[in-house]
Amino acid sequence: MCRVLDLQQAVLAKNDACAHTLREELAGRGTAVVNLLSSPGSGKTALLERELTRARERGVPVAALTADLATENDAVRLARSGVPVKQVLTDGLCHLEAEMLGGHLDGWLPAGTRLLFVENVGNLVCPASYDLGETLRVVLASVTEGEDKPLKYPTAFGLAHLVLITKTDIAAAVDFDEAAFRANVERVNPGAEVVRTSVRAGEGVGVLLDRALAAREGGPAHIPVMTRQSHHAHDASADRVGHRDTVGSSRS
Amino acid sequence: MHEMSIALAVIDQVESAVRPAGATAVSSVRLQIGELAGVVPDALAFSFQLACEGTVLAGAELITEPIAARARCAACDRTWPAGMPPRLSCPGCGGARVELLSGRELRITDVSWHDAPVPTPTHEER
Ligand SMILES: Nc1nc2c(ncn2[C@@H]2O[C@H](COP(=O)(O)OP(=O)(O)OP(=O)(O)O)[C@@H](O)[C@H]2O)c(=O)[nH]1
Ligand SMILES: [Mg+2]
Ligand SMILES: [Zn+2]
Ligand SMILES: [Zn+2]
Repeated sequence: MCRVLDLQQAVLAKNDACAHTLREELAGRGTAVVNLLSSPGSGKTALLERELTRARERGVPVAALTADLATENDAVRLARSGVPVKQVLTDGLCHLEAEMLGGHLDGWLPAGTRLLFVENVGNLVCPASYDLGETLRVVLASVTEGEDKPLKYPTAFGLAHLVLITKTDIAAAVDFDEAAFRANVERVNPGAEVVRTSVRAGEGVGVLLDRALAAREGGPAHIPVMTRQSHHAHDASADRVGHRDTVGSSRS
Repeated sequence: MHEMSIALAVIDQVESAVRPAGATAVSSVRLQIGELAGVVPDALAFSFQLACEGTVLAGAELITEPIAARARCAACDRTWPAGMPPRLSCPGCGGARVELLSGRELRITDVSWHDAPVPTPTHEER
């Protein structure tokens, strides 16, 4: 006889629950997480090194954790800022998950850390689906990647609290169409702030730190449409409950 | 490719749900995948098949139900299919006070299996 179990469970429920717990735990210790996402090589480490240095100069206690598939290069670069840094090797995994992050923080995250910057694995697809308990999610895109990235990776850009354009010093050389890029961000994430940065020219350095500190105080200034889940969304699954007998065509 | 992680999460949840019910061989798992969930159904089906080997889900069919992304404008009450790539500002009034009605689903809706020859009639859902 055919049995059907009406499960109705979110696949990422476990990660979401871990992320929620981590966010609360860290908030209790006065720490807010900033999750940095981008394609490989967009300039996460380069900008973060500057922001960490800026934080140390301003006396803001911060720390950074960087995740890569291989090599400790990024941690070595970030450690030049003089703040506590930890490298995580993901052992083949293309993204960080909340439980992994929590495990790496145990016994390492210094007491009194106000901001923990997490450089996610360079990848605009997978990390987008995993909440790390962050207070601020930032997506970076360099001018060399073209203006259509927000349309090609709508989930990543659509869930960002803040978007940073990087390497603006070479924008002219690659004919970067900034207006088109901004319009594309606006399409998938209306109202999101887009900021120009260049570590080479010093443009926009310090903005990330300012936005992160502000988010730690009062939450992110912008809530993306994609995270504003409607209550109507559950109607569809409620409708389906009556159909469960129709499922389960036999297969041996 | 995080589809493997997703497949493992699905299997983990299905196993813990059907074991107490006495299922020995799951025949199918039904999954809703929203357009904006960031998951590629084909890649997931491939990972799922591999990851099911040696579990009670071995040979199970993964039935994926795509869910279109729809949005609603709070200012003018218009609703529209967001499309792909999605348009999440209001096409009517241009407003940004928009909510997503659907499209980010990634949920297991139900699981089917065949009872062993000697049925255990006490099992009930949930
Ligand atoms: N011209 C210019 N080059 C930059 C800038 N920022 C970073 N780069 C260069 O871009 C390359 C990649 O920078 P990274 O900081 O390593 O990028 P990433 O995003 O951390 O890379 P992964 O961690 O490997 O994903 C390096 O060669 C940097 O020197 C910038 O503002 N201007
Ligand atoms: Mg890096
Ligand atoms: Zn991946
Ligand atoms: Zn409207």
